[in-house]
Amino acid sequence: MLRLAGITRSFGALKVSDDISFEVSAGEALGIIGPNGAGKTTLFNLILGNLQPDRGRIEFMGRDVTKASPMARTLSGMGRSFQIPRPFENLTVFENLVVAATFGRGLGESEVTGDCAEILEQTGLMPLANVPAGRLTLLERKRLELARALATAPRLLLLDEIAGGLTDAECQSLIATIRAIHAGGVTIVWIEHVLHALNSVVERLLVLNFGRVIGVGEPDAIMSSREVREIYLGIEV
Amino acid sequence: MIWLDTVIQGILLGGLYALFAAGLSLVFGIMRLVNLAHGDLIVLAAYLILIIVTALGLSPFTAALVAAPIMFAAGWTLQRVVLNHVLGDDILPPLLVTFGLSIVLQNALLETASADSRRLSVGGLETASLALGPVNVGVLPLLTFASAVAVIFALSHIIRHTRLGRAFRATSDDPAAAELMGVRPRRVFAAATALAMVVVTVAALYLGARANFDPAIGPARLIYAFEAVIIGGLGSLWGTLLGGVIIGVAQTVGGALNPEWQILAGHLAFLVVLLLRPRGLLPRAVD
Repeated sequence: MLRLAGITRSFGALKVSDDISFEVSAGEALGIIGPNGAGKTTLFNLILGNLQPDRGRIEFMGRDVTKASPMARTLSGMGRSFQIPRPFENLTVFENLVVAATFGRGLGESEVTGDCAEILEQTGLMPLANVPAGRLTLLERKRLELARALATAPRLLLLDEIAGGLTDAECQSLIATIRAIHAGGVTIVWIEHVLHALNSVVERLLVLNFGRVIGVGEPDAIMSSREVREIYLGIEV
Repeated sequence: MIWLDTVIQGILLGGLYALFAAGLSLVFGIMRLVNLAHGDLIVLAAYLILIIVTALGLSPFTAALVAAPIMFAAGWTLQRVVLNHVLGDDILPPLLVTFGLSIVLQNALLETASADSRRLSVGGLETASLALGPVNVGVLPLLTFASAVAVIFALSHIIRHTRLGRAFRATSDDPAAAELMGVRPRRVFAAATALAMVVVTVAALYLGARANFDPAIGPARLIYAFEAVIIGGLGSLWGTLLGGVIIGVAQTVGGALNPEWQILAGHLAFLVVLLLRPRGLLPRAVD
C-alpha cells in the first residue's frame, strides 16, 4: 500500500530523514517509535507531501506520489491526524466532518451526512455534534482529529501521537476506537510515545533515531533488542 | 419629532455604509486581507453601471444586474492573478498591493471617465417618500437599508449553511488543515473576493443613486466602511451592519446639532467604540 525507498531530507547540515526505506501492506498497522527529534513527524510530513524529500521515492497504492501535492494525496486516500489538534474552531464538530467529507471525497453534502453521523458515533462525538470545535477538551479534540481524518474515507490513516497527554481511561477508550477502525479495513501508521497503547494495536514496530531506521519487526522482538533499548529507552544493558 | 426623524435618517444612512463595508468585512473575515482598494472598486462598479445605463438604455437597477456577473468575474481574476500571490504570514505585501491598486484604479478612471461628477439617475425614486407615522421617509434610503439587510442576510446564510460557506470558515480557521481535507484555499479566496465584488456592485448602485461620484471619492468611502467593520467586530457581518448604523446615526445627529459636525461626529463615535470595546461590538467567539 505504502512504500518508501531511500527517502532523504536535510534541513541545512542536519539530516532529519536519512535513507529511509520501508513498506506497509494493505490492512496492516505499523507503529513508529523513536526519541524526541528522531524525525517522526518529519517522516509524516514527507509521506503526506507537506515536505518534499531531497532524494528517494514514495509510492502509494502502486503509484509514484513523490511529487504529488498534499491535497492529491488526501484525495487518493491518505488521512492524517495532527499531533497538536488543529480543528476548525469556529465550525461545529459535525461541520468539521462535513468539510472533510465533502471536499476530501468530492461529494455533495447530502451524500455524506450519513457517513459523518456514523463516524460521530464511532468516535464517541455524537453528543458534541453541534458544539463549536473551539470549546472541546483535549481528549475531544484528539477524537475530532481522528474523526475528521476518517471523514475523508482514508485507506491509509496516519496518526501522530494521538494518545499523548491523555489519562489511562481516556487512552483505553481511544485505543478501542482505533482498533475498531483498523478492524474495519483501514491501514494504519501510528507514531506514538505511549508504548502500551501502540503495542495493543500494531503488528510491527519501526524504530527511528537521528532520522535513520534502526529496526523494523514484531513489537516484542524490537523492544527486546539491545540497540533499541539503549537508544530509545536510554537503558544501559 | 425632529429627533426621531434625525435618528431614522441616520439608521437608513447606516444601511449605505453597511453596504460599503459588507464586502470588506467578508474578505477580511475569510483571508485576513485588508483591501485598501475597496472604495475604488465601488467607484469602478458605479462607472460600470453608468456605462451600461448609457450604452443599453437600461435603468440603473437592471444595469446593476448586468454589472454584477462582470464584477464577479473581475473579483475572481483579481484574486487569482494578483492577491493570491501576496497573501502570506506577512500582512504588509497585500496592503501595499491593494494600496497600489487603489492608485491605479483612480488614475485609470480619471483618464477614461474624466474628473466630472456623475450620477446614476433613478428618476422619481430619488424624491419619492413614504409617510411612516409621524415621519416621512425617503423610498431610496429605505430601499438602500433593505438591500443592506438582504445582502447581509444572504451572505450570512451562505457562510452558515452552504458547502462554500463551510469552506470559507474552515479556510479562515486553518488554511493548511483545510487543504489536507481537500479544500483548495486559493479557489476559496477567489470565490470570496468574487462574492465581495457582487456586494460592491450593490453598494455602487446606491452610492451613485444617492449622490454624485467621481474617480477620487473611493478612499473616503473606504474610511466609513473600515469604521463600520471595526465598530461591529472584525469579520462579523451583522456587526458590520450595526457599525454602519452607529456611524450613520452619529453623523445625522451631529449634523442636526451643527452642520459642521456631521463627519466629525461619525469619526468620534468610531473612536468612542474603539476606546470602550476595542474588539468591536459583536466580536467573533474565537480568533
